[in-house]
Amino acid sequence: MTNIDQGHRLTQRPELERPEIVQTSLLRQSLSITRRNLIHIKRMPEMLLDVTIQPVIFVLLFAYVFGSSITIDTEAGYKAWLLGGIMAQTVAFSAFIVAVGLTADLDKGIVDRMRSLPINSAAVLVGRSMSSLLHSSIGLVVMSLTGLLIGWRIHTSVVEAALGYLLLLGWGFAMIWVGIWVGSAMRSVEGVNGAMFATMFPITFLANTFAPTDNMPTWLRTVAEWNPISSLTQAVRELWGNDQPLHPDAALPLQHPVLATLIWIVVITAILAPLAIRTFNKRTAS
Amino acid sequence: MTKDAAIEAENLVKTFGDKTAVDDVSFSVPTGSVLGLLGPNGAGKTTTVRMMATLTRPTSGTARVAGYDIIESPRDVRRSMGLTGQTATVDELLTGRENLRLIGSLYGLSGSYIKRVTEDLLERFSLSDAGNKIAKTYSGGMRRRLDLAVSLIATPPVLFLDEPTTGLDPRSRLELWDVLRELVNDGTTLLLTTQYLEEADQLADNIVVIDRGKVIAEGTPLQLKDQSGAASLVVTVSRAEDLAMAEEMMRAHVPEVHVDAGARQLTAAAEGLQHMTRIAGLFADSKIELDDIGLKRPSLDDVFLHLTGHRADDTTETDDDSRTPEEVPA
Repeated sequence: MTNIDQGHRLTQRPELERPEIVQTSLLRQSLSITRRNLIHIKRMPEMLLDVTIQPVIFVLLFAYVFGSSITIDTEAGYKAWLLGGIMAQTVAFSAFIVAVGLTADLDKGIVDRMRSLPINSAAVLVGRSMSSLLHSSIGLVVMSLTGLLIGWRIHTSVVEAALGYLLLLGWGFAMIWVGIWVGSAMRSVEGVNGAMFATMFPITFLANTFAPTDNMPTWLRTVAEWNPISSLTQAVRELWGNDQPLHPDAALPLQHPVLATLIWIVVITAILAPLAIRTFNKRTAS
Repeated sequence: MTKDAAIEAENLVKTFGDKTAVDDVSFSVPTGSVLGLLGPNGAGKTTTVRMMATLTRPTSGTARVAGYDIIESPRDVRRSMGLTGQTATVDELLTGRENLRLIGSLYGLSGSYIKRVTEDLLERFSLSDAGNKIAKTYSGGMRRRLDLAVSLIATPPVLFLDEPTTGLDPRSRLELWDVLRELVNDGTTLLLTTQYLEEADQLADNIVVIDRGKVIAEGTPLQLKDQSGAASLVVTVSRAEDLAMAEEMMRAHVPEVHVDAGARQLTAAAEGLQHMTRIAGLFADSKIELDDIGLKRPSLDDVFLHLTGHRADDTTETDDDSRTPEEVPA
């Protein structure tokens, strides 16, 4: 069969209606993408496990299984002390979510589809970041509620309380860049899982998150106290009044945890944001 | 340079490390026509399309889409074209409607327009009933149709289709072809890459054959078939016992006759239509009854073999084109 008998251009109709393509703002484009990511969560609620069931299980496990043998020198004891650590760990894990989501989108051609549209190419990343912050916020709410149930309370002013949450979200922001970097560098979701488990678990455990650093061997104690996660955890505990008196020879970052955390957020973002964007661009432009 | 060209590629080159994926490719697609970019896996088709869709920057050379230069005004190019990639890039967790709405809102189209066009497109692509189901539950054919519908939400004048029917069953493929013909009827300019010679033959007004990054032939499907030598004359006799006599009769006029006894067929190189009528006349005057007599043009498969020395589906020594952007060292 040849195509001369198709006559498929004989009945040409008048020019189609072509709609006006309006240049929209980066914010609006990012919100469209955020909305899409939120629909994903709605369709696959198990995507929220990492900020719901998992931290709750951690809270309960540590509070009741290990907690009984760890003494914390505060009024409310280990449970209230623990909560800041779990929250810090959970926002640190948001890098994971960003990386997994981005790798899946890159792998399935969704990112290419977006890049073929007349939008700001940053919208893909900004949208992903906004949904990640929302994701982390859900986790903070779930954990706060769990905390309230097991006797955790904030003993300070509203301003300090809010500052604690903002610091956690600020940390979540810095972690987004880690996520974009890892997500752009990895070829598969399995690769992301492997890389993240192998790094995030030790990093978040080798700190003051679950146990005080005072009784650790000296070298381990140094590592743990200089670990950025420890600064964040200590800052949150202090801001909420859940901290125990600091050991007089604690490492410098723990002496000024809020400032140290802010510095860490700035340093991590300053180093990783350009790296992440470069890796993302290199990956998508090939 | 053609004035009325919707797509023009000008000496496009793309190298990945020391491998040249696309090597000096030029072509032009008149507005409202279909160009088939035909070649085996790894020929450089996907890379060519990715460059023209502004996803990958050419190493050298350029292209114009709807009059806009892909390097100087990529944003205008993106406003003017739709792209349907090799794998249907619909969002699996979104419903058909949500997929269309997402892309529509990213284009900055008004909400009421998106609503109206979404229904039109779903209807046109036979997806109305599945519109509220998530795309994960769609069949391969439905996904492709949704993917295509999504590319059309802003009614782009130019559409790039990268192997639109790869992996589809024959029925879905035919359905998609119909949809594509309709688009062309509406004045859309189409560039489609394919490994299927039949697909190019069916849909394309012009074909560019590309192999190992280079354009090796171009023309209408008919011209390409003519290029690969003469057509053959095929005669089918009604009774097997007439075969010998028929062969003898034909030999008086053509140098070589190939006999396929099982099919009761005689094949000879034909020099043209007149040649065929003369031989048909001979049979009419004889007692030999014929089932069929006709000219058989070489298929595009034959053309490909003739042009490249290997068959179109021969993937030895070539990389899998579908992976080019990922696998080739940058």
